[in-house]
Amino acid sequence: MTTRIVRIAAGQGFWGDWPEAPVHQVLDGPIDYLMMDYLAEVTMSIMQKQRTRDARMGYARDFVPLMDELLPELIRREVRVTANAGGVNPPACAEAVLEAARRRGLAGKVRIGVVTGDDLLDRLDGLLAKGHALTNMDTGAPLSSVREHVQSANAYLGAQPVVDALGQGVDLVITGRVTDTGLTLGPMIHEFGWAADDWDRLAAGTVAGHIIECGAQASGGNCLYDWQRIPGMERPGYPIIEAQPDGTFVVTKHEGTGGRVSVPSVKEQLLYEMGDPQNYITPDVVADFTTIDVRSAGANRVGVRGIRGRPATDMLKVSIAYFYGYKAVGTLVYAWPEAYAKAQAANRILRARLKALGLTFEETLTEYVGVNATHGPLAGPPSPDLPEVQLRIGVRARERAPVERFTREIAPLILNGPPSVTGFAGGRPKVEEIVAYWPALIPKHLVTPSVTVLTA
Amino acid sequence: MGSKRRSRAASAQWVPLVRLAHARSGDKGDTANVGLIALKPAYYDVLRREVTAARVTRHFRGVIGGPVERFELPNLGALNFLLHGALGGGGTLSLKTDAQGKVFSTALLRMAVPVPAGILRD
Repeated sequence: MTTRIVRIAAGQGFWGDWPEAPVHQVLDGPIDYLMMDYLAEVTMSIMQKQRTRDARMGYARDFVPLMDELLPELIRREVRVTANAGGVNPPACAEAVLEAARRRGLAGKVRIGVVTGDDLLDRLDGLLAKGHALTNMDTGAPLSSVREHVQSANAYLGAQPVVDALGQGVDLVITGRVTDTGLTLGPMIHEFGWAADDWDRLAAGTVAGHIIECGAQASGGNCLYDWQRIPGMERPGYPIIEAQPDGTFVVTKHEGTGGRVSVPSVKEQLLYEMGDPQNYITPDVVADFTTIDVRSAGANRVGVRGIRGRPATDMLKVSIAYFYGYKAVGTLVYAWPEAYAKAQAANRILRARLKALGLTFEETLTEYVGVNATHGPLAGPPSPDLPEVQLRIGVRARERAPVERFTREIAPLILNGPPSVTGFAGGRPKVEEIVAYWPALIPKHLVTPSVTVLTA
Repeated sequence: MGSKRRSRAASAQWVPLVRLAHARSGDKGDTANVGLIALKPAYYDVLRREVTAARVTRHFRGVIGGPVERFELPNLGALNFLLHGALGGGGTLSLKTDAQGKVFSTALLRMAVPVPAGILRD
C-alpha cells in the first residue's frame, strides 16, 4: 500500500532570511509546496509606512524578483507557493509578480490567489465605537489610550482562506497577515480534505507549520545541541515536511544539503517562542504540544505523530502597531590595559554630561559587551585582563530632541574621555523611531477573509 | 524522609545545567521563554525536580523584573519557562543587546543543580 505524501518546504523564516534558501528548495529535490513566512510583529507597520508614501507599496518587495527568477521552474515542476509576502498590500504584491510573469512570456500561465480581509486599520474607529475595546493583552490598557498613534492593525487569519485559494487552482497564494502556521496547514487541508472540526489533524498541521516557520532553525541553524559537529552549514538545507493524510509527518531536508534534521534540532524549534504548551492557540485550532511524539526516522529524518488538538476559540488575535517615541544606541570600544575600568569611567562621564544638559529619558541603559551584555550579573566578575570592552549605552524618550542631543555626546569622548578608545566607525548614532506592538483580540465573526484570483 | 534527604545530599554532585540539557529561547512582548531539554531521558527527572520556578526566579534575580512560570513537556523531556519582565520593555522598546531574549537559554544553563552520583556516567 502506498501512502500519499505531500511535501511542504520552508523557503523563508522571516523578511530578510537567506535569499538562496527558496531557490535551493525548488531546485535541489522534489517538493509540492514552497511556504514562505515574511511577517514578524512589527513588520506590518514598516510596510504600512511604505504604503502611505506610495500606494503601490506595502509588501515584501524582494519576493517579486525571487518569484521572477523561480516562476518558470515552479510551473515546470508544478510547485505551488504559499506566502504572506503581501504584507499590508497583497493585491499590489500579486500585481507586481504578475507583471514579472508577463515580461517572462508567461501571460495566461500564472494564477495568483490574493487573500485579504485581515486589515482593520480603516475599521478601528467603528470597532471602538461598537464597544470593542481592543484591550492590550499584556497590559490590559484600552486601545483608545494610543488610538491616534496607531499605524497598522491586522487580524491574524488562519489556514481557511489559503485553502479556499488553493481550491480555485491557483499557482501562488499571496496573503497579508495569515498566521505563519496557516501557510503550512492550508496545503494539508486542501490536499487531504481534513474537516474544519478534525481538531487532531488540524493540530498536527499546525505543529508542522510551527516546526518549519523559522526556516533553518529546525534543520541545524541556531541549534545548541552538538552545534560544532553539524555539517555543511555553509549551505544548509531548509526543512521540509512530508505530510500524510492521517496527520503524521516527517521533518526532513533535501539530500546532499548541509545542516542537520535531528530529534534535538526539532525539539529546540518546538520550544521556540512557546507559551503554555497545552494551549497553543491559532485561528484554526488549539494544539497541545504535550502530546507530540518525536522520534528519529533515519538520517536527517524525524517522525512526528500523536498530536491532539481542541476546538478553536471564537476570537482572533489582532496585531496593532503604534508610534511610541524615539531611541538611540551609541558604542565605543576600550582597549587593554584596564579596558573595563575605562569603559566604566566613560559611562560615568557621559551620564554626568547628559544630566548637566538637563536631558531626561524614559530609560538609559548601559551594557558592557564582553562583560555583561548577554547574561548580566550571571556572567560573574570579568577577567582583569580583558583585551577590550565595548561600552554600549542606549536611551529612550517620547520626544525626539533629547535623543537627538544624546547622539552628539558619544564622539566627543574619543578626544575628551578615557584613553585607548576606538571603534567609532559608524559615525554618530542614528535616532530610531519606535513603533511598538499592541496585541489584542477581536471576535472572529467580525473578520471576513476574502480571496481574489488574478491571472497574468 | 529525613534520612533519604541526607543520603541524597551526601551522594549528590552539583553541576551546571549545561551538562544536563540544551535549550532555546525566544520572546513574546516583554516575556522571554526558555525551553530546557534533557540531553538524556534519565536527566529529565532531575530537571523536573531541581529546576523549579522558584529556583529559576532566584537564578535570574536582578536580571528579570517579573515572575517565572514553568510548564512540563514530559513527551519531549523538556520544561518551558516564561520569564516575565525580562526584556526591558520587549520588542522595539527595549534598549538591550538581547532585546528578543535569544540568549536567556544559555543564561539558564549556567544554573547549578544537585544530581545523584553516577547519573552523569551512565
